[in-house]
Amino acid sequence: MAIRDYMTVRDIVGPLLLVRQVEGAKYGELVEVEFPDGTVGFGNVLEVSEDRVLIQSFEGTRGLDIGSTRVRFRGRGLELAVSRDMLGRVFDGLGRPIDDGPEIIPDERLDVNGNPINPYARDYPSDFIQTGISAIDGLNPLVRGQKLPIFSGAGLPHSELAAQIARQSSVLGREEEFAVVFAAMGITFEDADFFVQEFRSAASIERSVLFMNLADDPAVERISTPRVALTAAEYLAFELGMHVLVILTDMTYYCEALREVSAARKEVPGRRGYPGYLYTDLATLYERAGRIIGEKGSITQIPILSMPEDDKTHPIPDLTGYITEGQIILSRDLHRKGVYPPIDVLPSLSRLKEKGIGEGRTREDHSNLSNQLFSAYARGKEAKELAVILGEAALTEEDKLFAAFSGEFEDRFIRQGEQENRTIEDTLALGWELLKMLPRGALKRVRQEQIQKYMK
Amino acid sequence: MADDDLAGEIVRVAGPLVVARGLPAPKMYDLVRVGAQGLMGEVIELRAEDASIQVYEETGGLGPGDPVYTTGGALSVELGPGLLESIYDGVQRPLNLLREMEGNFITRGTDMPALSRERDWEFVPVVKEGDEVQPGDLLGTIQETPVIEHRVLLPPGVKPGRVQSIRSGALKITDVVAVVGDGEAATEVTLLQRWPVRRARPFKHKYAPTDPLTTGQRVIDTFFPVAKGGTACIPGPFGSGKTVVQHQIAKWADADVILFVGCGERGNEMTEVLLEFPQLTDPYSGHPLMKRTVLIANTSNMPVAAREASVYTGLTIAEYYRDMGYNVALQADSTSRWAEALREIGARLEEMPGEEGYPAYLGSRLASFYERAGLVSCLGSKECSGSVTVVGSVSPPGGDLSEPVTQATLRVVKVFWGLEDRLAFMRHFPAINWLVSYSMYLAQVSKKWDEIIDPSFKELRTEAMTLLQREAELEEIVRLIGVEALSAGERLTMEGARSIREDFLHQNAFDEIDTYSSLKKQFLLLRCVITFHREAEKALEAGAEIDDVLASPLRERLADAKFIPEDRLEDFDKLDQAAVKAMEDLVPREERGAVSNL
Repeated sequence: MAIRDYMTVRDIVGPLLLVRQVEGAKYGELVEVEFPDGTVGFGNVLEVSEDRVLIQSFEGTRGLDIGSTRVRFRGRGLELAVSRDMLGRVFDGLGRPIDDGPEIIPDERLDVNGNPINPYARDYPSDFIQTGISAIDGLNPLVRGQKLPIFSGAGLPHSELAAQIARQSSVLGREEEFAVVFAAMGITFEDADFFVQEFRSAASIERSVLFMNLADDPAVERISTPRVALTAAEYLAFELGMHVLVILTDMTYYCEALREVSAARKEVPGRRGYPGYLYTDLATLYERAGRIIGEKGSITQIPILSMPEDDKTHPIPDLTGYITEGQIILSRDLHRKGVYPPIDVLPSLSRLKEKGIGEGRTREDHSNLSNQLFSAYARGKEAKELAVILGEAALTEEDKLFAAFSGEFEDRFIRQGEQENRTIEDTLALGWELLKMLPRGALKRVRQEQIQKYMK
Repeated sequence: MADDDLAGEIVRVAGPLVVARGLPAPKMYDLVRVGAQGLMGEVIELRAEDASIQVYEETGGLGPGDPVYTTGGALSVELGPGLLESIYDGVQRPLNLLREMEGNFITRGTDMPALSRERDWEFVPVVKEGDEVQPGDLLGTIQETPVIEHRVLLPPGVKPGRVQSIRSGALKITDVVAVVGDGEAATEVTLLQRWPVRRARPFKHKYAPTDPLTTGQRVIDTFFPVAKGGTACIPGPFGSGKTVVQHQIAKWADADVILFVGCGERGNEMTEVLLEFPQLTDPYSGHPLMKRTVLIANTSNMPVAAREASVYTGLTIAEYYRDMGYNVALQADSTSRWAEALREIGARLEEMPGEEGYPAYLGSRLASFYERAGLVSCLGSKECSGSVTVVGSVSPPGGDLSEPVTQATLRVVKVFWGLEDRLAFMRHFPAINWLVSYSMYLAQVSKKWDEIIDPSFKELRTEAMTLLQREAELEEIVRLIGVEALSAGERLTMEGARSIREDFLHQNAFDEIDTYSSLKKQFLLLRCVITFHREAEKALEAGAEIDDVLASPLRERLADAKFIPEDRLEDFDKLDQAAVKAMEDLVPREERGAVSNL
């Protein structure tokens, strides 16, 4: 469809523009907004009715006026030019290069909204990814094609953890093409720079694609950033056959941008002012992870979100948890105790672990051992809480052992160095060693044969 | 489709909602085709000449001026042989064929019949020419899968009459299988039938359910059973294992046909079902589970309006098999996502919202959804009953059960399985809280236990529940003043309750043996646990030391008892006897005579 210009802006409200007397506009169409000073920004169509079109401007609306703002309808949705040359490059939140490198000569132009994967075409994720981190590999293992978010809070080392996962991840016994797609949404320059330096120092920048929407970039632009990044990831995974790890940080700012637009549209809000369609919107992002039958590549997602007031029931972590396949939760208590990584293993969960571990994948005792460690640690922590109220003396002998176990478990199993890369064998051996502290009769989640074989 | 007489014109697009003007004679819930691609949509509001339409596919690229065509009919599903083993989206498009045609991603505007027009079915007639038939009467049968005989019935709404002609042998679903009635009133019956999804299929009577739906899950079958034709809900925060419970029921329930509706949930969960079910063997029939299963997958990233329709699509197919006299179990995972779809569409229509933004009709819609469950006597001249059991999971935000969807659901369902994340953190699965959950079918179902299992089953269950209740009270005391404050008897109660929790209620869905327990095994296992506790109490009264009782090696054997396979159930009797003996041995010698004299 032809490109059409209009200068009939009537209302400007927050990030929204209402344009009148428009013909032939389509829902979701990409729009160029020309500011009175000549700069050009992008936007897209949120709603069309007879001759009125509602547009959200990615670049904000500062400096726009009613009389001289020019709006140009592009006749297509927002697209991303993709090619193998994207690797090693840095882009803005809409996919335009910002690293002084050349323009990308596209192999294809892809609609950033993508299409849902046919559930029938999905392959079940079952390749165990060794991250080298015991609290993840041993208890909440990550598998290829999974979406496993990190629930964090202000001041916790989620960036370090995500970088360590990106650096150390490997699939046992395989050498395959691997790429990292990184999308920054509303995080500070320093946080983003940490990742850039990290990728540089690990010499992995050549296999990374970075999309940057920083805190001082337009807020509405970040609604597109994860879609752009996931479009790049889909291209790398399903066209070029790579295994792609996507890090999205920080989903909280993304949701706030959605809320901003929703509020400007005067929509009926759901919980805490977030729009009622937040679940569906997040699902269209998270569900773009996965594997496809017959395709070599895969997309594994690690979204990071900071929970306001560390509250897991806040709508953003809550809805995320309902969509993703588990979650890694960071604990402020452990962080205060100086434990890195401060992973709160009890509420953390990997839903896909049963298919990724066990005989032929990691080791046959993995599942039972992790259940045993979980329940022993849970009991130990409960005993410790009791001891705080009533004193050590109030505990039974057995509970005292469990309490001691939980301390050692935090100190030796969860705690490890930022550069420490433990093999899965090391992790399992460590688990069994810690279980020696407990009476054998209390180990109900592991089988007798396994105790005899592994607890030396 | 290019017939302009049947067309209206789009005047507004806002997400999944499209408003069309000038649609000829639109009716509420009519199916329409939107835009040049012919996207499926349904009329949900009429204002003067404007019709609001919810569109079942992405609406990007649509704009004012694009055409909208009426089809004159309501959203319907295709019914006939070939439903079993299929996977459909929310509006019954076959996902396997869609993939063959379009590749790995779902694109828009593809239309495809739900049932294969090519496949031949071997039809065996049971009526002859000249027989009188009425709707619901059996015309003949088709072996749809090795486990399900597809009973071809005279569809509802057809005039009763004499069979003019009936065929036999290989037929395609569009072939006429019989002609019923004379002259003007003659009706050609095909294997393929259509039924509007929002209308419940008719039946003669509804009855109160009585028979248990055995799911192989101990906490459900023994503690909070659901009846065939009943309704149940599973609310719980994320990570508490709703989907695993739903999958376990779909796998092991003793229903004839399973409808699994993945409504706005994860894509990988449907994949799991798809890959696993053909591999697993149904303990009742010995055939792969997929042979009795129909899957509806409208995952969270698929269009939201089709999610709203998916539960009705599932229900209508379930009722179709019910009418043949089968017991059908329908699982909807999750009804909260369905309610959210209602909310989203309601908001786009600019309706005045009720609680938390949900439309005011949320409660009535949910109630009418669950009300389509039931044990019924089917149409037809012969007496025949079938049932639809509905199990819906609910995903309350933040695990807060006071939210509108959970509350509206609890008003109508009879069984409540309350999942708790605290139990999940302790890896106690299924994480169903035994203190808050309830089943209102217990009285009817336990009467059946007397017949099929053992008259003492109910009593064992009551004793177990009492122990668990006592434990909760004692835990309060321990929390306040420590474990020393308990008497030996109370400590034994605590241990007895712990044994019920760990040795009976805890069930590992991923263990080959533990994943399924027959009702018989559940009874025997519970009897063992309770026997040990009763004997231990006796021994304690007779002077045994509590520490000796607790140190008994028999407790370890009890912990392993759930792994006794179904073909070695006699082992439980040995374990019972061993428990009696072990406890007797703990009683000091001089006291033994006294006890036996009692």
